[in-house]
Amino acid sequence: MTQSTDILVSVSNVSKHFDNRRVLDRVDLTLRAGQIVTLIGPNGSGKTSLVRLVLGLSKADHGTVSRQAGLRVGYMPQRLSVAPILPLTVSRFLALGGVTDQQAHRHQLQAVGAAELIGAPVQALSGGELQRVLLARALLRRPQLLVLDEPTQGVDAQGQSSLYRLIGQIREQTGCGVLMVSHDLHLVMAATDEVVCLNHHVCCSGHPSAVVKAPEYQALFGTESSLAIYAHHHDHNHDVGGDVAADCGHRHE
Amino acid sequence: MITTTMWAATWPRTAGIGMSSWLLNALLAGLAIAVVAGPLGSFVVWRRMAYFGDALAHASLLGIGLGLILGLPSGLTVVIVAALVALLLVALQGQRQLASDTLLGIISHGTLSIGVIMVTLVSEQSLPIESYLFGDILSVTEQDVLRLWALSIAALVLITVIWRPLLAATVHEDLARVEGVPVERVRLIFVMLLALMIAMAMKIVGVLLIASLLLIPAAAARRVARTPEQMAVLAAGLSCVAVVLGLGAALRWDLPAGPAVVAAAVMLFVLLFALTSRIMNTNKSY
Repeated sequence: MTQSTDILVSVSNVSKHFDNRRVLDRVDLTLRAGQIVTLIGPNGSGKTSLVRLVLGLSKADHGTVSRQAGLRVGYMPQRLSVAPILPLTVSRFLALGGVTDQQAHRHQLQAVGAAELIGAPVQALSGGELQRVLLARALLRRPQLLVLDEPTQGVDAQGQSSLYRLIGQIREQTGCGVLMVSHDLHLVMAATDEVVCLNHHVCCSGHPSAVVKAPEYQALFGTESSLAIYAHHHDHNHDVGGDVAADCGHRHE
Repeated sequence: MITTTMWAATWPRTAGIGMSSWLLNALLAGLAIAVVAGPLGSFVVWRRMAYFGDALAHASLLGIGLGLILGLPSGLTVVIVAALVALLLVALQGQRQLASDTLLGIISHGTLSIGVIMVTLVSEQSLPIESYLFGDILSVTEQDVLRLWALSIAALVLITVIWRPLLAATVHEDLARVEGVPVERVRLIFVMLLALMIAMAMKIVGVLLIASLLLIPAAAARRVARTPEQMAVLAAGLSCVAVVLGLGAALRWDLPAGPAVVAAAVMLFVLLFALTSRIMNTNKSY
């Protein structure tokens, strides 16, 4: 299951700065085929920066990011802002990803539960509809790795759990690896194989059942973890450089 | 400052072979620009780059000034200056010191002012400043027409080649990048095409009005277009109509040609806007 050939992307000892602020500090992350990894952490904790490194959209200052040769990545961005003056239907939007076959668009939209949207202008989609269309575009590429940046943004609670179920089904059917950024901790716990808690550095990581027993996790999210509503209580101080000022002893609460 | 008598003086009064040939040259030159302005202008409005186009157009006057002072052909210096300014703007895109509209404003008005000063300083060897600001269609020669159409066709071929990747990058840059689109290269080709088109259009509409030739037909075409391709083709068509109407009106009523073309484009925009909103209203009442 965890042979090295299954490794899609491996991030090791990576650091990244923006304007002298350290956003990522010696981060390790391994993404494998058939595995769902969820990144959690407060706003500004470096989740998006880490995702951009994995996607190859930016480069690390230190450390290495190695990707399997010829890896096909399906990316579902956080949002889409298309000027209203651009006439663009959902079908045409899907075609821009490289797959122009209308029949394939129809099948894929059906699979994500958005079949009726095929002719709709992308600017008219609601939050939940847009997420499904973005997911359809990512899936059309038959990705080996699916990267989802806050896939449930602007989606109501019911829609969120059905979206997570859908992502789980996709993993079952295609065997792709999934990297997901999320805020909805309680929903994510059921749907993920590994949780990585990021706050510039990796605070704790592992299988949800193991992580919930970890003192770091309990310190972060409380002991009644299955009901935990995500809030990052942050008691160690970061200095201006983004370094943890007191050597990270992980007393988060 | 700009009087009608000045403009009237620029239009040949006599009919005959001479007149029909300059009119033909003007028309062909205008159409060569119109067909490129349609698709390029569509991307300008889709990418929210109206100010970018304006800044490039204004910078081309700096190119004219440099050409006059250095004794180089102005077509060349305009293309070079516009291309350099385009590169500068692309390079400065990531900076966070100035908002992009502020930066574009500085470059746009700065280059325009310096350009005007340069042209005025060497005014003995140059045309009056107005012919650069608002175009000077009479100066279009047969040779210009041939060159414009050659450039125009080359530009259209290039636009077709970069069409899909540029559209993908316009819709979502990072998504396109992840999907393997060479976003930087495609954008570079696009802004170079924009610089080229602006250099081409200088003689027809002048530096102050070039950007409007990019924006107005594209905005008008949006009212009826259902796909990006329809919009680009329609915008090119509307530009051509504006060129024909504008030149016709200029000839008929002794108007400055560049502003007449732009005014015709505005009229087409208003007309399409009124027609389509009426159709939309009728649809709603059902």
